[in-house]
Amino acid sequence: MPDAALAHSLEPRIAPAEGSAGADTGSVLPVSAAGLVFTVNGKRLVDIDRLTLRAGGPTIIMGPNGAGKSLLLRLLHGLIEASEGTVLFNTQPMNARVRRRQAMVFQRPVVLRRSVQANIDYALAAAQGYRGPSRRGRLRELLEMGGLADMARQRARTLSGGEQQRLALVRAVAASPDLLFLDEPTSSLDPASTHRIEALIHRFADEGTKIVMVTHDLGQARRLAGEVVFMHRGKVTEQTPANVFFDAPSSPAARDFITGGLLV
Amino acid sequence: MQDFASSFFLAVSLILSGDPELWSIVLLSLKVSLTAVAIAAMIGMPIGAALGVGRFAGRRALIVLINALMGLPPVVVGLMVYLLLSNSGPLGVLQLLYTPTAMIIAQVILVTPIVAALTRQVVEDLDAEYAEQLRSMGVSRLASVPTLLWDGRTSLMTAVLAGFGRATAEVGAVIIVGGNINHVTRVMTTAIALETSKGNLALALALGAILMLIAISVNAAVGLLGVRSERVAHA
Ligand SMILES: Nc1ncnc2c1ncn2[C@@H]1O[C@H](COP(=O)(O)OP(=O)(O)OP(=O)(O)O)[C@@H](O)[C@H]1O
Ligand SMILES: [Mg+2]
Repeated sequence: MPDAALAHSLEPRIAPAEGSAGADTGSVLPVSAAGLVFTVNGKRLVDIDRLTLRAGGPTIIMGPNGAGKSLLLRLLHGLIEASEGTVLFNTQPMNARVRRRQAMVFQRPVVLRRSVQANIDYALAAAQGYRGPSRRGRLRELLEMGGLADMARQRARTLSGGEQQRLALVRAVAASPDLLFLDEPTSSLDPASTHRIEALIHRFADEGTKIVMVTHDLGQARRLAGEVVFMHRGKVTEQTPANVFFDAPSSPAARDFITGGLLV
Repeated sequence: MQDFASSFFLAVSLILSGDPELWSIVLLSLKVSLTAVAIAAMIGMPIGAALGVGRFAGRRALIVLINALMGLPPVVVGLMVYLLLSNSGPLGVLQLLYTPTAMIIAQVILVTPIVAALTRQVVEDLDAEYAEQLRSMGVSRLASVPTLLWDGRTSLMTAVLAGFGRATAEVGAVIIVGGNINHVTRVMTTAIALETSKGNLALALALGAILMLIAISVNAAVGLLGVRSERVAHA
């Protein structure tokens, strides 16, 4: 298959940022949501008065199944339209520039029906800024990072679930986003891969990427969290620094969740 | 019975000896149908893609219409094209009636709805899977179309092959607009019809065998492509 030749002409193209003073500079943080509501059939699945995510350690979002964690990530990342309210990135609404500075790994990763390396290369092309040798170098670096170097040419859909999750993660960080949403990124990983991903997340955080991550794994939350946002029935019941949260969560729902007693 | 046996052996020898009349008919058939399918793909794929990812008023109705057009009876298409191209028709001045071009036009009309409808299905299914991911990567709706077509290429090949199968096998349209003129517009299906009625069973059988081989190959190719993409889908 003439993959390489065709792939070039099939590279995704992105409209340039509208209006904004051009330069691809300026932080997209903090992320602030105000009056954010997502309603389906009259049910307020997400209903958040105010939530601000600042630069700094990872924000870990916890809460029972169906609390609205994945919906919140989608709303913040601009994949679904809020019924009410706004999300601002350092005072700017979502636009092409803001979009390019952030990425997301879905709870069920979506891999393109291409080879592993073509998946990563696609993200690099979409992000622009990578051309020629620097793109090839970055590609190799990302394959190594995800432990996928041996599978570079394998069709991504034939990867195991855990390998797909690793691919989705390195593809998301391909263009070094400032803001990274992760929806249970280690849910189907073995302990070694989980450890590896956590080390990567630490590294991204140290390099200045803001991590916003959903997990059900309390141990993982303790290892990674700078702060914890707890959700229950579509609402944020608390936003607390990690050390405080695990010792003395302020909301009853969070307290019950930690001790395993929370019933939805 | 004796008649059949001798016709059969004559047919085999026609094929094996590379009989010029036989092969000129086969070549013309392939030329007409391949051209028609190429044109139908160029028209049908963009329409299918637009219907697959676009959200506009009248989209549902268009999809229903195109699905309905897949079942157009070839003779009716032949009649319509005849009326268009005949001397007194709106396109009569072009003098296209009873030329290979007329046959190509008729087959394009027959094949385009098939390609468009199947493309629409492929693109829509893949889009349901990809949309959020592509959006997350900053790929606009319009820019995602080439991605969807490329990643759906195996299924799209199936659509094109299905169209080619319909084009080579139909007789009703090409006999009306082509006229089955020897060395000009005589293709496999029309030749089989004519030679059979003339009692020239050997040529009819030889052409029938080749046509059947083409049909079987196309179906086998569709089947193999289907198996391949399914295997990946369930991996
Ligand atoms: N499009 C939709 N239509 C109707 N209900 C929806 C829709 N999307 C999500 N929901 C509902 O909203 C609630 C929150 O969903 P969400 O996926 O955000 O949960 P979650 O907190 O991520 O749960 P989990 O821990 O199981 O992943 C669920 O009860 C879900 O059924
Ligand atoms: Mg979820």
